[in-house]
Amino acid sequence: MKKDIKKRNTILTIILIGIIFAYMLILQLNSASHSYAISIIERSAIYAVVAVAMNMLTGFTGLFSLGQAGFMAIGAYVTAILIIPVESRPTVYYVNGIAPWLANVSLPWWLAMLLGGLIAAGFAALIGFPVLRLKSDYLAIATLGFAEIIRAVIAAPGLNQITNGSYGLNTIPGYHSIFTPVIVSIICIALMVMLLRSSYGRAFTAIREDEVAAEAMGINLFKTKELAFIISSFFTGIAGGLLAIYMRSIDAKTFQVTLTYTILLIVVLGGLGSVTGSVIGAFLVMGGQEWLRFFDEPLTIGGVSIPLFRAGFRMVIFSILLMVVVLFWRKGLMGGREFSWQGLINLFRRIPQLFRKKKSGEGAKNE
Amino acid sequence: MSEDILRMENITMQFGGVVAVDSLSLHVGEGEIVALIGPNGAGKTTAFNCITGVYEPTNGRVEFNGQTMVANCPHGKMKKTYAGSHAGEYTEIVSRTPDKITALGVARTFQNIRLFSSLTAFENVLIAQHMHVKTNFLSESFFANAAFLDKMKTKPKARQEELDMRERAHELLREVGLSDVENEEAGNLPYGIQRRLEIARALATNPRLLLLDEPAAGMNPQETAELSAFIVEIKKRYKLTVFMIEHHMDLVMKISDRIYCIDFGKMIAEGNPKEISSNPKVIEAYLGEADHAENN
Repeated sequence: MKKDIKKRNTILTIILIGIIFAYMLILQLNSASHSYAISIIERSAIYAVVAVAMNMLTGFTGLFSLGQAGFMAIGAYVTAILIIPVESRPTVYYVNGIAPWLANVSLPWWLAMLLGGLIAAGFAALIGFPVLRLKSDYLAIATLGFAEIIRAVIAAPGLNQITNGSYGLNTIPGYHSIFTPVIVSIICIALMVMLLRSSYGRAFTAIREDEVAAEAMGINLFKTKELAFIISSFFTGIAGGLLAIYMRSIDAKTFQVTLTYTILLIVVLGGLGSVTGSVIGAFLVMGGQEWLRFFDEPLTIGGVSIPLFRAGFRMVIFSILLMVVVLFWRKGLMGGREFSWQGLINLFRRIPQLFRKKKSGEGAKNE
Repeated sequence: MSEDILRMENITMQFGGVVAVDSLSLHVGEGEIVALIGPNGAGKTTAFNCITGVYEPTNGRVEFNGQTMVANCPHGKMKKTYAGSHAGEYTEIVSRTPDKITALGVARTFQNIRLFSSLTAFENVLIAQHMHVKTNFLSESFFANAAFLDKMKTKPKARQEELDMRERAHELLREVGLSDVENEEAGNLPYGIQRRLEIARALATNPRLLLLDEPAAGMNPQETAELSAFIVEIKKRYKLTVFMIEHHMDLVMKISDRIYCIDFGKMIAEGNPKEISSNPKVIEAYLGEADHAENN
């Protein structure tokens, strides 16, 4: 019986992965006509990496950090600077010129991205010493401040020859195929899941549950928090690199606080402490912002144009939907649990009950 | 009597101007069950916190297993405001964080249960073994859950460690009689079971000395009787030394070899259960209120 369920789950998983890859393959083969869908999927996959990395800190270790935009900026700039083709650099740095030592340094995209992640992790290790002594809101403020400093430093005139200051970087070579960012994202998320399921990941959760008890059980608070912070920042940096290649042109304004808030939104919507929640959240938020675009188009029914349908209305609808979700699913869509086929099947089984007992229906969904 | 495993020398803990624990000296012999009693606010938990590194004592020394575990003398601002005795007697400063003290072999439970409440009982015990993990986080991530390697003759060290940890957690839960609640969320367990699980979790760190902070708080007489049998049993099974704070006189009198009684941070009596229960000082300070305490 138990083995049958396991077998069923494996088969379902293989089918799901097959469908997803077949869909992506179809998109890729007709990339000219599906560039919009491709771009949404790529963006969602990249945000999913940052969301899982943030969830690792906020949802699993209980460290409320808001420095994501800063670490993404580091990763994105390192990647972008190193992969802009040498021949097009003079046109990119046309105002200030490029630093001579950097002019001919060029790396393959994956190596540049890895380096971006490592540098982001290095910064995390440094600022971790002072800020990880702080708790909850104070930690959030300190990391938020750090992210803003990074942004300001990147735009500073002193670094013009490296970061091109406020002009930003462009002509970054983009992706040839939808599979590149998706597969890199899958690898990143898989690595994080593996860490979270190991003994170190359990130590993270222990700190979230009760710091005093965790320490009394022999878990070194500082070392463990620092580990979570560094790993999370590493993957955030990698995601920054992915984002730079995806956007093909970046500047300091790309990495404003709103970027962090979007990721926080994804994490909370998906459920703190749920990796699958973060991934689903990333696709819902990124997709939702686009799917709701028809609210921005003028709408005419029977000769009467509906006044609300105008540019910007979609964001109103989007925000209302978010409020509804947060009200009915207080702990996010997944509520700290991971996706399982059994859970999905149970959900479908419960749907008839929802119609039978309308009032208690919301309660059932919560479970 | 056997050798002392724990020795507190003139431990003083001063918060601002308040001396919560005043030059407390006591010793716990290997294999003993020793109780620390005293009215509410006498400084019992503070004394525990000084041993386990939650607080740094203001003055004094704690010796564990023959070596200095914690030591301090009034320094900095405290130098001028120090109101306790034995000033200048200690010059050494040894401070350890709670995790380092646990690593030496001192485990504790808490007065108000501090389980990892949204995790299962099994995970609670598993986490307490994390400090024994020797492989680094990278090989842990890659191999700890690599079940497909189980058929190999020599498993990666991380996988072997993970399997051993799981095995030990199952075994421990079986030994303390919690096998049937293994996969229950710790926060949903009945109160008495939570207390027992907290002790099991402390045992998972492989301690030599177990500090129990009011293990019977909030228990009814039957649960208390079960608990006292349980403490005696685990003491024997794991060759532990038990040092506990407790209000339930029947529990204390029944199982402890020796009892220390403190009031207002000062030691007022020491002796075996019989001596303590007839000590006028104790009766005045504590047993006069015993009815009150037992009704909690």
